[in-house]
Amino acid sequence: MSRAHLARHAATAVGATLFAVASATSPAPAQPAVRERPPALGSAAPLTVPAVHRERLANGLALSVVEQRELPLVQLVVSFPGGARLDAANAGIAAFTANMLDEGAGTRDAATLQSELAFLGASLQTGADWDRITVSLKVPVRSLAPALDLLADVIRRPTFASAEVKRQRDLRLTAILQQRDQPNALADIAFNSTLFPTGHPYHRNAGGDSATVAAIDSSAVRNFYARALRPEHAQVVVVGDIAAERARAELQRRLGDWRAAGAPAVAAAVTTAPRREVRTRVYLVDKPGAAQSVISIGWPGVDRLSPDYAPLMVMNTLLGGSFSSRLNSNLREAKGYTYGASSRFTFRKLPGPFIASAAVRTNVTDSSLVEFFKELRAIRDQPVSNDELQRAKAYVELALPGSLESTSQVAGAIAQLAVFDLPLAELSTYAAKVRRVTTADVQRVARQYLHPDQASVIVVGDLNSVRPSIEALKLGEIVVLDLAALTR
Amino acid sequence: MSARRPVIALVIALVAGVIATPAPRALHAQGAQGVQGASPRLRVPVTVDTLPNGLTLIVHEDHSVPTVATNVWFHVGSGDEKPGRTGFAHLFEHLMFMGSEHAQYPQFDRLLESAGASNNGTTNNDRTAYYEWGPRHALPLMLWLEADRMGWLLPTMDSAKVDAQREVVKNERRQGVENQPYGIVEDISAPAMYPKDHPYSWPVIGSMADLSAASLEDTKEFFRKYYAPNNAVIVVAGDVKGDSVRALVRQLFADIPRGPAIARPTPAPIVPRDTVIVAEDRVQLPRLYLSWHAVPRFHADDAALEVTQYLLSGARNARLTSAVVYEQELARDVYAQNDAKKLAGDFTVVATARPGKALNVVRDAIDRELVRLATDGPTDRELQQARNALESQFLNRLEFVNAKAEQLNEYYYFTGTPDAFQRDLDRMQGVTAADVKRVVNQYLRAPRVTVSVVPTGKKELAATAGGAQ
Repeated sequence: MSRAHLARHAATAVGATLFAVASATSPAPAQPAVRERPPALGSAAPLTVPAVHRERLANGLALSVVEQRELPLVQLVVSFPGGARLDAANAGIAAFTANMLDEGAGTRDAATLQSELAFLGASLQTGADWDRITVSLKVPVRSLAPALDLLADVIRRPTFASAEVKRQRDLRLTAILQQRDQPNALADIAFNSTLFPTGHPYHRNAGGDSATVAAIDSSAVRNFYARALRPEHAQVVVVGDIAAERARAELQRRLGDWRAAGAPAVAAAVTTAPRREVRTRVYLVDKPGAAQSVISIGWPGVDRLSPDYAPLMVMNTLLGGSFSSRLNSNLREAKGYTYGASSRFTFRKLPGPFIASAAVRTNVTDSSLVEFFKELRAIRDQPVSNDELQRAKAYVELALPGSLESTSQVAGAIAQLAVFDLPLAELSTYAAKVRRVTTADVQRVARQYLHPDQASVIVVGDLNSVRPSIEALKLGEIVVLDLAALTR
Repeated sequence: MSARRPVIALVIALVAGVIATPAPRALHAQGAQGVQGASPRLRVPVTVDTLPNGLTLIVHEDHSVPTVATNVWFHVGSGDEKPGRTGFAHLFEHLMFMGSEHAQYPQFDRLLESAGASNNGTTNNDRTAYYEWGPRHALPLMLWLEADRMGWLLPTMDSAKVDAQREVVKNERRQGVENQPYGIVEDISAPAMYPKDHPYSWPVIGSMADLSAASLEDTKEFFRKYYAPNNAVIVVAGDVKGDSVRALVRQLFADIPRGPAIARPTPAPIVPRDTVIVAEDRVQLPRLYLSWHAVPRFHADDAALEVTQYLLSGARNARLTSAVVYEQELARDVYAQNDAKKLAGDFTVVATARPGKALNVVRDAIDRELVRLATDGPTDRELQQARNALESQFLNRLEFVNAKAEQLNEYYYFTGTPDAFQRDLDRMQGVTAADVKRVVNQYLRAPRVTVSVVPTGKKELAATAGGAQ
């Protein structure tokens, strides 16, 4: 059945409206036959940024509540800042600790805990990214109280039983082993390790490698937990069919007397800068017999709080952030090299990378590199057309309110903005900034933030077939990376 | 299967990182509540109209958010292809975005993006779906584009377009099959499960040879036969006024001529027999696929098989997950799937062995759990968990108007009633322990198709014939 497949694509469904699009839709002023021209569109619905009730419990826990009464559902997102950035020498410990939170808590073992949640019709997920550990719960409002009891156990009383730690460690090591099968995972690992030198927190995978994961035991998990999951740093976002007073009372009852012991985790000062190549360099990873080469091209990116954020997003949308972007139109549609080419700036607490990428047919690996570089240079060298600009701006701006459609989207947006200490009003401010972006802005940020002559290029593919033609391009020095070392 | 394009990282990545939660908006309808006890009846109000040319229109108003979704099903899938031209329905799905008389390539994508809207399409064995979603003011544009390609695609179709999308689809196949660990199973399972000439006996994405063989003439013939209003159903759902949608659809689609009546051949009979297949792949760990013939969608036993799928692998305490992954530590993961289609269905259990474990051992452990479930049935507590969890999943799936539009089309296709939500939920909630025992006994025992994918040169890790059943 197509069900799962459709969900995967539709899951990013966004849309809703902000402001009327101007020239980009080519509305017909005259009115010829209905078929001849696309219809003129009416004005778009305005963006509504939800009202957020904010307060702090006595122990420091920050609470944000948005009432959204249409459905009898409540979504909670509890975040603890830090995440994998706090890993230090124990690469993967944040992700592992997050994963262990629901593997037994309070008096319940893992299977009991998760079956009770399912019995309540609730779903609970735990995870970590670079900047935070997150526990999220979605529950029908009638099951809220018992589900919150379970959530409180997961947050305050995780068991971290040695047997479960060992089991999850074995599973994680198996997953690391399987990365060797996945060219995209290999490209990511290679990219991180070349762009972020040893000593930088992003050098290793957020999930760790086999050496660091093998060293994880219950005491390491307990220690990390105590330092990273603390009420004074916790941010709880509640969205759904619930009044702020009730949300506060329910959380006060379960988390109000929570006090952490010992010292909190503090992110070490980062003294290592990301590496922008002096001259473009090509890193090759061999996947014998591969039908495609996975290409990633990039360099250190931008701070989320940069004043250039809005023009950067518009620039990237037309470069590689939408279906009709230049990269996708060229490499997929015009040349037929790939199923999809795209680009993105990745924002983390410390600047993440810019990456342009595609999986391309093996025998056009060199030609694909040529086209990538052509596009990365063209958007710096010539101003973009007004038509392209208007399309990209409209797409960014009009898709924005759709990201506030569901309870989890609202909760997720509030929690994510909090990572950067941005208020929810940022959404409307951002829309206004997008509207002001000009072709000159696009060219300026392209010149400032795209560095095709100082790129790290990763190619994961069948090197016997692709290496000679890549060398012939003379993009820069060629370095062959060892697969075993990458996936150790 | 086989969507036309990968989802490109959208620009709304206001801040980076991963949102760890799935996005929940449950059904916008009266009484989509809770999990236990009696819930009010679930209703999704719709109107159904048929134009004189045979086009069916289903409209559902949902004013909770200012968005709209269109969802067009053409009742043609890979099951309607001819041997030697497999993959054609999906290739054609791509061609539908290549421009039409009044919206020349690449206007389809560009116009929608300019309105803040997105689009995509998917193909499976039975149908091809096209959908757009976005701000409500984009609806006239969505319908105008759909009408133009339904009525005026052929005048602009040429070999260059067919060739271009042929390459894209071959790349899609490389990405999803050739360059994907365990991707070769895609080519193995359908022909192993269904007799030659059965419509489900080839993969939806087709073979490289057949994709190469597709011609412009094939394209034209296919379009004339299947892409006609009488073989299509349009759903419009969202923040719209029903009357104006109906008027707009009449205005745009009424003059598209009806197509020929479609005669569909009777599928070849399925005679299940034990089949054991071993394939080598460049993978680290062996993986086992056990497949049985089950039932078509909405067959009387379909719901019990859905519940069985949950009981086997839907939660941490599910039978297979608990036994094979956690207690015995034989598999890295295990996953059961009930795949019910129009003409037939199959049920598959997939398990990836842990390092050092052979697939016979994994298979025997799975068989023991199946026998246990068939003999003892689920406990009351397990069954109630399954009902509650499936109800929540059911409601959560429908939180986006886009997903609801697709569901309306699916219900209409399989039951003739677009608003079959409560009926679907009721049949799931009505499954008993005896039903589960019965369907496990009836469908999940021999004969079956056993596929082992093993690391190159490690055939000794494969599952052999037989098993503990």
